[in-house]
Amino acid sequence: MQSLSNRAKKLEKKPMNLSERMYLPAIFQGLSITMRHFFKKKATIKYPEETRPMSAVWRGLHVLKRDEKGRERCTACGLCAVACPAEAITMVAGERKRGEENLYREEKYAVSYEINMLRCIFCGLCEEACPKAAIFLQNDKLAPARYERDEFIYGKDRLVEPMPIELTSSAAAR
Amino acid sequence: MTGNFFYFLTFLTLFAAIGVVASKNPVYSVLFMIMTFFALTGHYILLNAQFLAAVNFIVYMGAIMVLFLFVIMFLNMREDTEKHKPMLSKFAAVIAGGILFVVMIAALKDVDTQLANTAVFDSQIGMVENLGKVLFRDYLLPFELASVLFLAAMAGAVMLGKREPGEQNRF
Amino acid sequence: MELSLLLIKALIILAVFGVTLLIATYSTYAERKVAAFIQDRVGPNRAGPFGLAQPLADAVKLFFKEEFVPANANKFLFIAGPSLAMLTACMSSAVIPFGGTLIIGGEAIHLQAIEVNIGILYVFGIVALGVYGIMIGGWASNNKFSLLGAIRAASQNISYELAMGMSIIALLLVTGTLSMRDIAAQQGEELFGISGMNWNIFYQPLGFLIFIVCAFAETNRVPFDLPECETELIGGYHTEYSSMGMGLYLFAEYVNIFVASAVMSTLYFGGYNFPFMDQLGLPHNVVTILGTVVLFGKIFFFIFFFMWVRWTLPRFRYDQLMNLGWKILIPLSIANVILTGGAILLKQEFFQ
Repeated sequence: MQSLSNRAKKLEKKPMNLSERMYLPAIFQGLSITMRHFFKKKATIKYPEETRPMSAVWRGLHVLKRDEKGRERCTACGLCAVACPAEAITMVAGERKRGEENLYREEKYAVSYEINMLRCIFCGLCEEACPKAAIFLQNDKLAPARYERDEFIYGKDRLVEPMPIELTSSAAAR
Repeated sequence: MTGNFFYFLTFLTLFAAIGVVASKNPVYSVLFMIMTFFALTGHYILLNAQFLAAVNFIVYMGAIMVLFLFVIMFLNMREDTEKHKPMLSKFAAVIAGGILFVVMIAALKDVDTQLANTAVFDSQIGMVENLGKVLFRDYLLPFELASVLFLAAMAGAVMLGKREPGEQNRF
Repeated sequence: MELSLLLIKALIILAVFGVTLLIATYSTYAERKVAAFIQDRVGPNRAGPFGLAQPLADAVKLFFKEEFVPANANKFLFIAGPSLAMLTACMSSAVIPFGGTLIIGGEAIHLQAIEVNIGILYVFGIVALGVYGIMIGGWASNNKFSLLGAIRAASQNISYELAMGMSIIALLLVTGTLSMRDIAAQQGEELFGISGMNWNIFYQPLGFLIFIVCAFAETNRVPFDLPECETELIGGYHTEYSSMGMGLYLFAEYVNIFVASAVMSTLYFGGYNFPFMDQLGLPHNVVTILGTVVLFGKIFFFIFFFMWVRWTLPRFRYDQLMNLGWKILIPLSIANVILTGGAILLKQEFFQ
């Protein structure tokens, strides 16, 4: 019968000749192959001591950025949630009150902002959709494994970038 | 030292031999039998019959008893499932065993224990070289005849195990 | 017997025993390293420098695991099985000469635990006994996979013992002695003007081939590890074992490998002899110590070879195993005996 792809290799089952029946040539061939591998460079990366170099465009854990004065940039417009193909982002918008100008940059801000890391596919579309340059995917951190499912829902406490040190100290001085 | 060792080995031999008969579990019987052979090997060594000791060790303990154990493991006999023998066969067994015992006593009663003359006895007779010389020089014909017997037995075993032309592969 | 002589013997026995156990311990480490290297990995490297404390870690782990005895197992035999396996494995290194003689204070000390003039038969007998440990343990587990493993071990060992014995008989025709010490000493003679090169491998290449194949089968190593075949029998005879019972079985296997390697080096590869040993003009004791080092080098090579083959070859099928044993190796070894005998007769007739 003609095979469809014409790539099937025809196998002939001939009776083994003497050298094949002795097994020895095949055994020595196998031994030489394994010996070659014995001296080969090992593929292992000894993880905690060495880490694999990451690509420059590698996308890891999200961060919500602050501006140069330490205010959150996010204005809870929801474009990232709309752009997200995995529907991993949810947020609740709130209005900035008087006296919170040093915390939030715009009048509207995200009261809660959650990303479900089990849903997220790290495509980076949220980053592209953001008009305020507030959300970024870091290229040096990844979402680690955890024991509970709810631990994978990252809230603002874990997403917002920590306050830069010089700003916190100046705020304390004030 | 050697005397004490002899008594210890004798005790071990008899203990294991009684164990062969007395134990209800057949696997225990076989293991006791192995122990008996082991003690007998010790006796051979005490008699300075090293080759006989080694052969007893390899052939009986190492091969034949393995086959015994092999077969008995497959039988799957257990103390609780084993049927009790009828009274008649027990009776017959006692009589048969007793008669054998009497025959053995009769045979051993008149054995002259001073058979070996220590003056001319060669203590090296049990060594490999001497034994080989005795077997292949003085007793060559019986030795070769025994090997013919073995050959016949082997051929018979091959014939029994051989597959007939029309027979299906049983495995 | 003098007390000092007794003391020296005791010391040698202790040393041989210790070395056997030490090498077996580190064989487990070596096995994992060799396996890793052959598979392009690095192997255990966390416990201690280069992972050298790994055997200790393994032992501690095995000791602290639960010693589990199945409910319907025969408790006494279940424990006796691995003990017997270990006992028989440790007994056979007693007759192997680990070196020539050391001359200390005018007295020659043989670096050998016990000299019996039927040394080969002793090793052979103990090896034959080794199968009981597996059989008893496998049967006592009361598990059909264990039983099948035990049965396989028994039939395999008996089948390959025959060919092994035949190959040894051919060797004995050449050497004319059963004593391991004499066989090792004979190989120290001159061959083509090179002292210490009169190795039996040059006279018995076919016998050595048969012997090494049988040694693989007797130690239940790949490609003949049918008794513990995971794909068919879960774990074979040690399916039900945990903790140190398991440990003893595994350990006994490595002790057996060490003994098999030592026997092969002694019988076929010149034992403690090395080329030019008498022509270097070194003092006697230095030559002896060098010889011991060389012997251990040979032993390590064979241990490595066991591992190398394990991580190269697939397992034989059961009928292939039996075919190889009964239809190929035994006829070959008988032919080898006849050829050797004929060659010796020819030599006696025409060249002397």
